[in-house]
Amino acid sequence: MTWTSIFIAGILTYFTRMSMVTLIRKEMISDNLRKILNYVPSVVFPSIIFPGVLLDDFGAFVTISDPKIFGALTALVIGFFTRNVILTIVSGLSSYWIVIFVF
Amino acid sequence: MRSKYEIFKIGIKDVAPHLLSVFPFGIIFGAIGIELGFSPLFTYATSLIIFGGASQIVFLQLLSGGASSLIAITSVGVINSRHFLYGAVLSEYLQKLSLIKKLLISYFIVDQGFAVSNQYFKKNPTEEFNHYHLIGSGIILWFIWQVSTIIGIYLGSIVPEELGLKFAIPLTFIAIIVNELRKFDHVLVMLVSGLAATFFYNAPFKTYIIISPLIGLFAAMIINKLKK
Repeated sequence: MTWTSIFIAGILTYFTRMSMVTLIRKEMISDNLRKILNYVPSVVFPSIIFPGVLLDDFGAFVTISDPKIFGALTALVIGFFTRNVILTIVSGLSSYWIVIFVF
Repeated sequence: MRSKYEIFKIGIKDVAPHLLSVFPFGIIFGAIGIELGFSPLFTYATSLIIFGGASQIVFLQLLSGGASSLIAITSVGVINSRHFLYGAVLSEYLQKLSLIKKLLISYFIVDQGFAVSNQYFKKNPTEEFNHYHLIGSGIILWFIWQVSTIIGIYLGSIVPEELGLKFAIPLTFIAIIVNELRKFDHVLVMLVSGLAATFFYNAPFKTYIIISPLIGLFAAMIINKLKK
Protein backbone atom coordinates (compact mmCIF):
# COMPACT_ATOMS: atom_id res chain seq x y z
CA MET A 1 0.00 0.00 0.00
CA THR A 2 1.53 3.25 -1.13
CA TRP A 3 0.27 5.44 1.74
CA THR A 4 2.00 3.13 4.19
CA SER A 5 5.20 3.49 2.19
CA ILE A 6 5.10 7.31 2.47
CA PHE A 7 4.93 6.98 6.24
CA ILE A 8 7.73 4.41 6.39
CA ALA A 9 9.89 6.56 4.10
CA GLY A 10 9.08 9.55 6.31
CA ILE A 11 9.97 7.77 9.52
CA LEU A 12 13.18 6.48 7.95
CA THR A 13 14.13 9.98 6.81
CA TYR A 14 13.33 11.42 10.22
CA PHE A 15 15.52 8.74 11.77
CA THR A 16 18.47 9.85 9.60
CA ARG A 17 17.93 13.38 10.95
CA MET A 18 17.45 12.73 14.66
CA SER A 19 19.70 9.75 15.38
CA MET A 20 23.10 11.45 15.44
CA VAL A 21 21.76 14.59 17.12
CA THR A 22 20.33 12.58 20.01
CA LEU A 23 22.97 9.83 20.27
CA ILE A 24 26.31 11.58 19.94
CA ARG A 25 27.75 13.28 23.02
CA LYS A 26 30.64 15.69 22.92
CA GLU A 27 32.98 13.26 24.72
CA MET A 28 32.55 10.78 21.87
CA ILE A 29 34.08 13.16 19.33
CA SER A 30 37.87 13.24 19.41
CA ASP A 31 39.82 16.20 18.08
CA ASN A 32 40.79 14.13 15.06
CA LEU A 33 37.20 13.20 14.30
CA ARG A 34 36.13 16.83 14.69
CA LYS A 35 38.74 17.80 12.10
CA ILE A 36 37.36 15.24 9.68
CA LEU A 37 33.75 16.32 10.31
CA ASN A 38 34.83 19.79 9.23
CA TYR A 39 34.94 18.41 5.69
CA VAL A 40 31.31 17.23 5.64
CA PRO A 41 30.00 20.10 3.47
CA SER A 42 33.00 19.68 1.15
CA VAL A 43 32.24 15.98 0.58
CA VAL A 44 28.43 15.94 0.50
CA PHE A 45 27.68 18.88 -1.80
CA PRO A 46 30.18 18.00 -4.57
CA SER A 47 28.68 14.50 -4.56
CA ILE A 48 25.43 16.10 -5.70
CA ILE A 49 26.92 18.89 -7.84
CA PHE A 50 29.25 16.80 -10.04
CA PRO A 51 26.68 14.28 -11.34
CA GLY A 52 24.10 17.10 -11.53
CA VAL A 53 26.32 19.00 -13.94
CA LEU A 54 28.34 16.33 -15.74
CA LEU A 55 25.59 13.74 -16.31
CA ASP A 56 22.22 13.94 -18.06
CA ASP A 57 18.90 12.57 -16.77
CA PHE A 58 19.89 9.08 -17.90
CA GLY A 59 23.30 9.03 -16.23
CA ALA A 60 25.33 9.54 -19.42
CA PHE A 61 28.07 12.16 -19.74
CA VAL A 62 27.02 15.47 -21.29
CA THR A 63 29.21 17.06 -23.96
CA ILE A 64 31.76 19.73 -23.08
CA SER A 65 29.56 22.39 -24.76
CA ASP A 66 26.55 21.55 -22.57
CA PRO A 67 24.80 24.62 -21.10
CA LYS A 68 25.02 23.06 -17.61
CA ILE A 69 28.83 23.09 -17.77
CA PHE A 70 28.88 26.71 -18.88
CA GLY A 71 26.37 27.67 -16.16
CA ALA A 72 28.26 25.83 -13.42
CA LEU A 73 31.62 27.37 -14.39
CA THR A 74 30.09 30.85 -14.46
CA ALA A 75 28.55 30.31 -11.02
CA LEU A 76 31.89 29.05 -9.68
CA VAL A 77 33.82 32.08 -10.92
CA ILE A 78 31.19 34.64 -9.86
CA GLY A 79 30.70 32.93 -6.49
CA PHE A 80 34.42 32.73 -5.83
CA PHE A 81 35.00 36.43 -6.43
CA THR A 82 31.79 37.98 -5.11
CA ARG A 83 31.07 35.56 -2.20
CA ASN A 84 27.42 36.38 -2.86
CA VAL A 85 24.89 33.55 -2.93
CA ILE A 86 22.23 35.36 -4.97
CA LEU A 87 24.75 36.46 -7.61
CA THR A 88 26.13 32.92 -7.80
CA ILE A 89 22.73 31.35 -8.46
CA VAL A 90 21.47 34.11 -10.77
CA SER A 91 24.66 34.23 -12.86
CA GLY A 92 24.71 30.44 -13.18
CA LEU A 93 21.08 30.23 -14.21
CA SER A 94 21.18 33.17 -16.62
CA SER A 95 24.33 32.00 -18.39
CA TYR A 96 22.73 28.56 -18.65
CA TRP A 97 19.65 30.11 -20.25
CA ILE A 98 21.76 32.25 -22.60
CA VAL A 99 23.38 29.11 -24.01
CA ILE A 100 20.02 27.35 -24.35
CA PHE A 101 17.93 30.16 -25.80
CA VAL A 102 20.38 32.43 -27.62
CA PHE A 103 22.89 30.07 -29.20
CA MET B 1 24.71 38.14 23.74
CA ARG B 2 22.00 38.01 21.07
CA SER B 3 18.39 37.21 21.97
CA LYS B 4 16.57 34.11 20.70
CA TYR B 5 14.49 36.19 18.34
CA GLU B 6 17.53 37.99 16.91
CA ILE B 7 19.30 34.71 16.18
CA PHE B 8 16.12 33.25 14.70
CA LYS B 9 15.96 36.21 12.30
CA ILE B 10 19.65 35.84 11.37
CA GLY B 11 18.91 32.19 10.51
CA ILE B 12 16.13 33.26 8.17
CA LYS B 13 18.26 36.00 6.64
CA ASP B 14 21.27 33.70 6.10
CA VAL B 15 19.30 31.02 4.27
CA ALA B 16 17.04 33.42 2.34
CA PRO B 17 19.21 33.60 -0.83
CA HIS B 18 18.91 29.83 -1.20
CA LEU B 19 15.12 30.11 -1.39
CA LEU B 20 15.80 31.34 -4.92
CA SER B 21 16.46 27.74 -5.91
CA VAL B 22 14.37 25.89 -3.30
CA PHE B 23 11.20 27.62 -4.46
CA PRO B 24 11.40 26.65 -8.17
CA PHE B 25 12.54 23.15 -7.19
CA GLY B 26 9.40 22.77 -5.05
CA ILE B 27 7.25 23.85 -7.99
CA ILE B 28 9.00 21.35 -10.25
CA PHE B 29 8.47 18.62 -7.67
CA GLY B 30 4.74 19.35 -7.35
CA ALA B 31 4.38 19.33 -11.12
CA ILE B 32 6.29 16.04 -11.47
CA GLY B 33 4.02 14.37 -8.89
CA ILE B 34 0.90 15.28 -10.85
CA GLU B 35 2.53 14.44 -14.19
CA LEU B 36 3.40 10.96 -12.90
CA GLY B 37 -0.28 10.44 -12.10
CA PHE B 38 -0.38 10.89 -8.33
CA SER B 39 -3.18 12.76 -6.58
CA PRO B 40 -2.52 16.27 -5.23
CA LEU B 41 -2.94 14.97 -1.67
CA PHE B 42 -0.50 12.10 -2.17
CA THR B 43 2.07 14.35 -3.84
CA TYR B 44 1.79 16.95 -1.10
CA ALA B 45 1.96 14.33 1.67
CA THR B 46 5.51 13.44 0.65
CA SER B 47 6.57 17.08 1.22
CA LEU B 48 5.06 17.06 4.70
CA ILE B 49 6.05 13.55 5.79
CA ILE B 50 9.36 12.90 4.00
CA PHE B 51 10.40 16.55 3.51
CA GLY B 52 13.47 15.81 1.38
CA GLY B 53 13.44 17.27 -2.14
CA ALA B 54 15.40 14.91 -4.38
CA SER B 55 14.33 11.82 -2.43
CA GLN B 56 10.65 12.69 -2.98
CA ILE B 57 11.14 12.84 -6.75
CA VAL B 58 12.90 9.48 -6.78
CA PHE B 59 10.22 8.00 -4.51
CA LEU B 60 7.37 8.98 -6.84
CA GLN B 61 9.29 8.08 -9.99
CA LEU B 62 10.02 4.59 -8.69
CA LEU B 63 6.45 3.98 -7.54
CA SER B 64 4.98 5.20 -10.82
CA GLY B 65 7.49 3.10 -12.74
CA GLY B 66 6.13 -0.02 -11.05
CA ALA B 67 8.95 -0.57 -8.57
CA SER B 68 8.01 -2.26 -5.28
CA SER B 69 7.41 -0.08 -2.21
CA LEU B 70 10.44 -1.68 -0.63
CA ILE B 71 12.72 -0.39 -3.40
CA ALA B 72 11.17 3.08 -3.26
CA ILE B 73 11.53 3.26 0.54
CA THR B 74 15.12 1.96 0.46
CA SER B 75 16.09 4.58 -2.12
CA VAL B 76 14.60 7.36 0.03
CA GLY B 77 16.55 6.06 3.02
CA VAL B 78 19.80 5.92 1.07
CA ILE B 79 19.41 9.38 -0.49
CA ASN B 80 18.62 10.89 2.90
CA SER B 81 21.39 9.04 4.74
CA ARG B 82 23.58 12.12 4.24
CA HIS B 83 21.63 13.59 7.20
CA PHE B 84 23.61 11.22 9.44
CA LEU B 85 26.66 13.29 8.58
CA TYR B 86 24.82 16.58 9.15
CA GLY B 87 23.53 15.31 12.51
CA ALA B 88 27.02 14.26 13.58
CA VAL B 89 28.36 17.74 12.78
CA LEU B 90 25.46 19.56 14.47
CA SER B 91 25.29 17.31 17.57
CA GLU B 92 28.05 19.23 19.27
CA TYR B 93 26.10 22.50 19.12
CA LEU B 94 22.74 20.98 20.05
CA GLN B 95 24.01 18.83 22.92
CA LYS B 96 22.86 21.22 25.66
CA LEU B 97 19.21 20.95 24.54
CA SER B 98 16.60 18.66 26.09
CA LEU B 99 15.69 15.48 24.25
CA ILE B 100 12.30 16.90 23.22
CA LYS B 101 13.90 19.99 21.69
CA LYS B 102 16.47 17.85 19.87
CA LEU B 103 13.68 15.70 18.45
CA LEU B 104 11.71 18.74 17.26
CA ILE B 105 14.69 20.55 15.71
CA SER B 106 15.81 17.38 13.92
CA TYR B 107 12.76 17.47 11.64
CA PHE B 108 14.07 20.73 10.16
CA ILE B 109 17.61 19.56 9.30
CA VAL B 110 17.97 19.95 5.52
CA ASP B 111 20.91 20.67 3.20
CA GLN B 112 20.81 24.46 2.94
CA GLY B 113 19.78 24.98 6.57
CA PHE B 114 22.55 22.70 7.78
CA ALA B 115 25.09 24.53 5.62
CA VAL B 116 24.29 28.09 6.73
CA SER B 117 23.59 27.26 10.40
CA ASN B 118 26.78 25.20 10.67
CA GLN B 119 28.70 28.25 9.44
CA TYR B 120 27.00 30.39 12.08
CA PHE B 121 27.74 27.85 14.84
CA LYS B 122 31.39 27.71 13.88
CA LYS B 123 31.63 31.50 14.17
CA ASN B 124 29.55 31.75 17.37
CA PRO B 125 30.19 28.49 19.25
CA THR B 126 29.42 29.88 22.71
CA GLU B 127 26.21 31.75 21.93
CA GLU B 128 23.59 30.39 24.37
CA PHE B 129 20.65 30.37 21.96
CA ASN B 130 22.54 29.59 18.75
CA HIS B 131 20.20 26.68 17.96
CA TYR B 132 17.59 29.32 17.10
CA HIS B 133 19.62 29.91 13.94
CA LEU B 134 18.85 26.37 12.82
CA ILE B 135 15.20 26.79 13.80
CA GLY B 136 15.01 29.99 11.74
CA SER B 137 16.71 28.59 8.64
CA GLY B 138 14.84 25.28 8.95
CA ILE B 139 11.35 26.72 9.40
CA ILE B 140 11.60 29.13 6.47
CA LEU B 141 12.95 26.34 4.21
CA TRP B 142 10.14 24.07 5.40
CA PHE B 143 7.52 26.74 4.80
CA ILE B 144 8.76 27.60 1.30
CA TRP B 145 9.01 23.90 0.40
CA GLN B 146 5.40 23.28 1.46
CA VAL B 147 4.05 26.35 -0.36
CA SER B 148 6.05 25.74 -3.54
CA THR B 149 4.96 22.08 -3.66
CA ILE B 150 1.31 23.17 -3.50
CA ILE B 151 1.86 25.81 -6.19
CA GLY B 152 3.59 23.20 -8.35
CA ILE B 153 0.72 20.75 -7.87
CA TYR B 154 -1.86 23.21 -9.16
CA LEU B 155 0.11 25.52 -11.46
CA GLY B 156 3.27 23.55 -12.25
CA SER B 157 2.26 22.85 -15.82
CA ILE B 158 2.56 26.59 -16.51
CA VAL B 159 6.34 26.46 -15.95
CA PRO B 160 7.96 25.46 -19.27
CA GLU B 161 10.18 22.41 -18.96
CA GLU B 162 12.77 23.99 -21.31
CA LEU B 163 13.77 26.36 -18.51
CA GLY B 164 15.57 23.42 -16.90
CA LEU B 165 14.97 24.82 -13.42
CA LYS B 166 16.24 21.59 -11.87
CA PHE B 167 19.67 23.06 -12.54
CA ALA B 168 19.04 25.53 -9.68
CA ILE B 169 19.89 22.76 -7.21
CA PRO B 170 23.53 22.17 -8.23
CA LEU B 171 23.83 25.98 -8.35
CA THR B 172 22.60 26.51 -4.80
CA PHE B 173 25.09 23.87 -3.62
CA ILE B 174 27.90 25.53 -5.59
CA ALA B 175 27.05 28.76 -3.75
CA ILE B 176 27.35 26.87 -0.45
CA ILE B 177 30.83 25.43 -0.99
CA VAL B 178 32.46 27.98 -3.29
CA ASN B 179 34.25 29.71 -0.39
CA GLU B 180 35.97 26.48 0.58
CA LEU B 181 37.76 26.57 -2.79
CA ARG B 182 40.22 28.92 -1.10
CA LYS B 183 41.59 25.97 0.87
CA PHE B 184 43.70 23.50 -1.08
CA ASP B 185 42.87 20.47 1.08
CA HIS B 186 39.15 21.15 0.64
CA VAL B 187 39.56 21.45 -3.12
CA LEU B 188 41.23 18.03 -3.22
CA VAL B 189 38.52 16.47 -1.08
CA MET B 190 35.78 18.03 -3.24
CA LEU B 191 37.35 16.64 -6.40
CA VAL B 192 37.66 13.16 -4.91
CA SER B 193 34.04 13.00 -3.72
CA GLY B 194 32.63 14.69 -6.83
CA LEU B 195 34.44 12.37 -9.22
CA ALA B 196 33.54 9.36 -7.07
CA ALA B 197 29.86 10.40 -7.25
CA THR B 198 30.06 10.69 -11.03
CA PHE B 199 31.73 7.29 -11.25
CA PHE B 200 29.28 5.53 -8.90
CA TYR B 201 26.20 7.37 -10.17
CA ASN B 202 24.64 4.25 -11.63
CA ALA B 203 25.18 2.14 -8.51
CA PRO B 204 21.91 0.64 -7.25
CA PHE B 205 19.55 2.56 -4.90
CA LYS B 206 21.34 5.88 -5.50
CA THR B 207 24.04 4.70 -3.10
CA TYR B 208 26.49 7.13 -4.76
CA ILE B 209 25.01 9.85 -2.52
CA ILE B 210 26.51 8.24 0.59
CA ILE B 211 29.42 6.23 -0.87
CA SER B 212 31.09 9.30 -2.38
CA PRO B 213 31.01 11.50 0.74
CA LEU B 214 32.50 8.60 2.71
CA ILE B 215 35.26 8.22 0.11
CA GLY B 216 35.79 11.98 0.40
CA LEU B 217 36.05 11.81 4.20
CA PHE B 218 38.54 8.99 3.86
CA ALA B 219 40.60 11.19 1.54
CA ALA B 220 40.36 13.99 4.11
CA MET B 221 41.69 11.62 6.76
CA ILE B 222 44.69 10.72 4.61
CA ILE B 223 45.38 14.36 3.79
CA ASN B 224 45.31 15.25 7.48
CA LYS B 225 47.70 12.40 8.28
CA LEU B 226 50.13 13.58 5.59
CA LYS B 227 49.97 17.19 6.80
CA LYS B 228 51.34 16.20 10.21
